[in-house]
Amino acid sequence: MNKSILGYGLLFLALLAAPFMGAYPVFMMKLLCFALFASAFNLLLGYTGLLSFGHAAFLGGSAYVAGHAMKVWGVTPELGLILGTATGALLGWVFGLLAIRRQGIYFAMITLALAQMVFFIALQAKFTGGEDGLQAVPRGKLFGVLDLSSDLTMYYVALLIVAAAFALIVRTIHSPFGQVLKGIKENEPRALSLGYDVSRFKLLAFVISAALSGLAGSLKTLVLGFATLTDVHWSSSGSVILMTLLGGLGTLSGPLVGAAVVVALENKIGELGNLLAGLTRVEWFNTLGESVTIVTGLIFVVCVLAFRRGIMGEVIALFTRGGGKRAGAAGGGH
Amino acid sequence: MSVSLPALLSQLLLGLVNGSFYAMLSLGLAVIFGLLNVINFAHGALFMMGAVLTWMAMNYFEVNYWVMLVVAPVIVGLFGVLIERLLLRWIYKLDHLYGLLLTLGLTLLIEGLFRSVYGVSGLAYDTPDALSGAFNLGFMILPKYRAWVVVASLVVCVATWFLIEKTRIGAYLRAGTENPRLVEAFGVNVPLMITLTYGFGVALAAFAGVLAAPVIQVSPLMGQNLIIVVFAVVVIGGMGSIMGAILTGLGLGVVEGLTKVFYPEASSTVVFVIMVIVLLIRPAGLFGKEK
Repeated sequence: MNKSILGYGLLFLALLAAPFMGAYPVFMMKLLCFALFASAFNLLLGYTGLLSFGHAAFLGGSAYVAGHAMKVWGVTPELGLILGTATGALLGWVFGLLAIRRQGIYFAMITLALAQMVFFIALQAKFTGGEDGLQAVPRGKLFGVLDLSSDLTMYYVALLIVAAAFALIVRTIHSPFGQVLKGIKENEPRALSLGYDVSRFKLLAFVISAALSGLAGSLKTLVLGFATLTDVHWSSSGSVILMTLLGGLGTLSGPLVGAAVVVALENKIGELGNLLAGLTRVEWFNTLGESVTIVTGLIFVVCVLAFRRGIMGEVIALFTRGGGKRAGAAGGGH
Repeated sequence: MSVSLPALLSQLLLGLVNGSFYAMLSLGLAVIFGLLNVINFAHGALFMMGAVLTWMAMNYFEVNYWVMLVVAPVIVGLFGVLIERLLLRWIYKLDHLYGLLLTLGLTLLIEGLFRSVYGVSGLAYDTPDALSGAFNLGFMILPKYRAWVVVASLVVCVATWFLIEKTRIGAYLRAGTENPRLVEAFGVNVPLMITLTYGFGVALAAFAGVLAAPVIQVSPLMGQNLIIVVFAVVVIGGMGSIMGAILTGLGLGVVEGLTKVFYPEASSTVVFVIMVIVLLIRPAGLFGKEK
């Protein structure tokens, strides 16, 4: 435990120093938003064993609401974030109530279908701007005082928000509530027979996860100044699953690493392709940037077949070999 | 609100056409899930493969539509056999969720590959000569091709139902769904049966793809949105019954068609709304069994 506190402390310091070491703040903020999104998702999949295929709706839905509130109603950023988080929670509550009525694979299909419904609503509704999305959302002043228009100020505010949300997730997982969630994941009938109201625990976990995804979505709108259909599209749900799976299901640090890898991949794959084309003289590599999905698809297949513990799962297993207990708790395969 | 009868009937027919695709796809999903316990996310991508392969054969090799109606499902079916043997086989012992994730990865891979070759725009695809034109029924114009799609898919669906419910092979399959280990103990080659089932389910998707090509625009992404609607169809119908899957698919197609007439804004969401209602009233699905 002490080692991991040290690890997170170092990570936080590194993130504090990042803008002065040449990292591009906007890219870093995008990364932070997705790291939070993936951590929130992992709370559900990794610790409760529920595969939601509808998290795009929470990310995208709250991005629209927060964006609309800040742009059209002119509310301050903190109110925008609160409204966005509330939207995520509300959507999560509705999705959860419906999806919990079925288990396992149906749960995934229901959340996917509900999210697709949200996508179509976003496509048709007036306030979302349809195909164009919501553009030019102002950053405004935090609490009416702190001007966020500078990328550096925005970066530190975003870092604090994400760090606080992450701490909340860690606290949740280690709380008695989190232990019950793990119990449900390991053996649902047993948890039921011990007298736990399994449905209520699942629903609460779902709402927390959706609310934090909403926070990630609205923070993303605040940072980038726009909300588009990409966020509500089912491919966002797919990509958050990939981040969590690749980083390590049911590990705290996994989603952070997974999000970093996937976001970096999506942003830099064009350059990587050009490099490969230059090295191998295969023209096709130049088009790699347009076909991110081939690469993400391949990573999915490899992860499921051979790498189910994910990056951090493997790292943890490496460090705790022989210790056994912690590795078992962190391992992704169940 | 006044709606003209021909307009109503033509939307109804279009609804039936879409319903036929839903029926064939959800049928394949149900059969595969029954035996493999895998929800085949790649179903939409393989549906697209059927359509695009036909487009390729017609444009590059001038093979005619009728040949491809048989050849495309066979090719995609063989491809499915390969997927099952090389990939799916390794994950049966894991949680069901990994099956969904693996096939999701395959979907991205297949669609990405086709996209890097053809882009995302629709490819022009001609209706075969024998089926172009329309019947004039007096009260409405019935395009021949749409009538053909409905008839062909109904025949295929009913044949599949017959195969599974009334023949010896079908009996093995149903027994395998109930208890694969016991069936294996009786000397039935269950792994082979699983492979063939996946191949067959996938071939059904490709057949739907070939049929759909002249109606829906052929593009590498044509399967994406369809597969999510089909998931909703499966949730509504429940995967317990073959006939249930067929009827639910057709029925929802018709409802969607009617929504296009009376309240077009809701036509893309109506299936999901019905799913919500069914979940509230009958969580196991219309034809599902409560576990």
